[in-house]
Amino acid sequence: MLKPHVPPEVAVMDVSLTGKRKAGARRIRVLIAKPGLNSHDRGAKVVARALRDAGMEVIYTGLRQTPEQIVETAVQEDVDVIGLSILSGAHMTWVPRVIDLMKEKGIFGEVLLLVGGIIPEDDAKALKEMGVDEVFGPGTPTDEVIKYIRENLRRG
Amino acid sequence: MKPLKAEQIVEGVVKGDKRAIARAISLIEDGAPEASEVLSALEPLTGRAHVIGVTGATGAGKSTLIHKLVQAYRRRGLRVGVVAVDPTSPFTGGAFLGDRVRMQDLALDEGVFIRSMATRGGLGGISDATGGAVKVLDAAGFDVILVETVGAGQLDVAVAGISHTVLLVLAPGLGDEIQAIKAGIMEIADIFVVNKADRPNADQTVMDLMSVLEVSTYNPSDWRPPIVKTVALTGEGVEELVEQIERHRAFMAERGIRFSERKVRVLLLEALRRAVVGEVLPMLTNSAKFDAAVQLVARGQLSVEAGADLLLSPLKQALRGVA
Repeated sequence: MLKPHVPPEVAVMDVSLTGKRKAGARRIRVLIAKPGLNSHDRGAKVVARALRDAGMEVIYTGLRQTPEQIVETAVQEDVDVIGLSILSGAHMTWVPRVIDLMKEKGIFGEVLLLVGGIIPEDDAKALKEMGVDEVFGPGTPTDEVIKYIRENLRRG
Repeated sequence: MKPLKAEQIVEGVVKGDKRAIARAISLIEDGAPEASEVLSALEPLTGRAHVIGVTGATGAGKSTLIHKLVQAYRRRGLRVGVVAVDPTSPFTGGAFLGDRVRMQDLALDEGVFIRSMATRGGLGGISDATGGAVKVLDAAGFDVILVETVGAGQLDVAVAGISHTVLLVLAPGLGDEIQAIKAGIMEIADIFVVNKADRPNADQTVMDLMSVLEVSTYNPSDWRPPIVKTVALTGEGVEELVEQIERHRAFMAERGIRFSERKVRVLLLEALRRAVVGEVLPMLTNSAKFDAAVQLVARGQLSVEAGADLLLSPLKQALRGVA
């Protein structure tokens, strides 16, 4: 019988060509969210596609999410990663609120928190001190984000 | 944060704790070792929810309709669970789950739980874990559970096996849909929904549906699927849809029927088809006889059909023995 060609990165993730995985294999789930009023989500969508193409399940919630909606969605979807896309400059407002809510819901420290967007260096440093795991600036190659997620997952 | 143990998860689900519910569903999806423990502990608590399958082609408006149905049930004071399934990419194993975009404002409702799921290789428009997720939500005390299928049309029949009531959502102008539904998905529908009914050609879709239903044979004692027109964007027709769903629930409950026979025929046929392709076919192809048949056909000593027949004949004989 003809054997389908499986690219090595797919083989590593234990995926057959039907998308079926061996029992007991976890799949990485990522919530991509855009807090606030900014109505531009091309960057978020590019990242979402790249993560999907890397074999992850991406939950996309659309624009104008409140921190409450984002964290509640992360709980219900049991994600491994929350990726916040913020271009509005309001990151110092939104991110601390998200962190507080993550603590309240008991998912802080268990779920990776990533922030993408235009973030000045000092702010990035402050965000990481607050508990953001990593900050990705504009033009970050998506491969870098994928690699970071794979290497830093909290749940096995 | 300590990882939750199976016992704690079960305890949490029973209390309606959202984090525990979410984790229980993940365990089932991932085929984790604790999954069967969790499911069997929850099993005695299931069977109370009314499970509604929502199927129909992409673009028919399933997510928007579900949003409105959730609101209608919430107005009645009922707690609602939603499981929305989207396809897994067969090439990468990844998935883009975007059904929540149309249900954003439900995220903070205490009485609502929404879970997006990828098919992960499941056939029939849902994932292998969807039934398990429904059980978890049922055990957690949700009164109504809505399951949204992938929307691949004709093939989305598996949802009927885990639902009490199946809605087939159609929209005017989606082309040959009426033709397609004659093929089998029609048998699993308990209610036909013509969504986007404010479009000028909606009545044509209703007429087409009626003519298809007219030629179908129903016993006098059978449930006859009604056609409900809705405009999911405005919520028009949604109250009537809820009433029809309730009528169907009562109809089945009064007669003590879990599934209609016509639905079971389709489900059994599909289950057989999957088993034949998934289990019987590999047995036939991964055999020395298969390689021998390849050689014979390659040398021109057998036709392709005769080769296939050669491989199938022991199976056919065995089946005749059974019959």
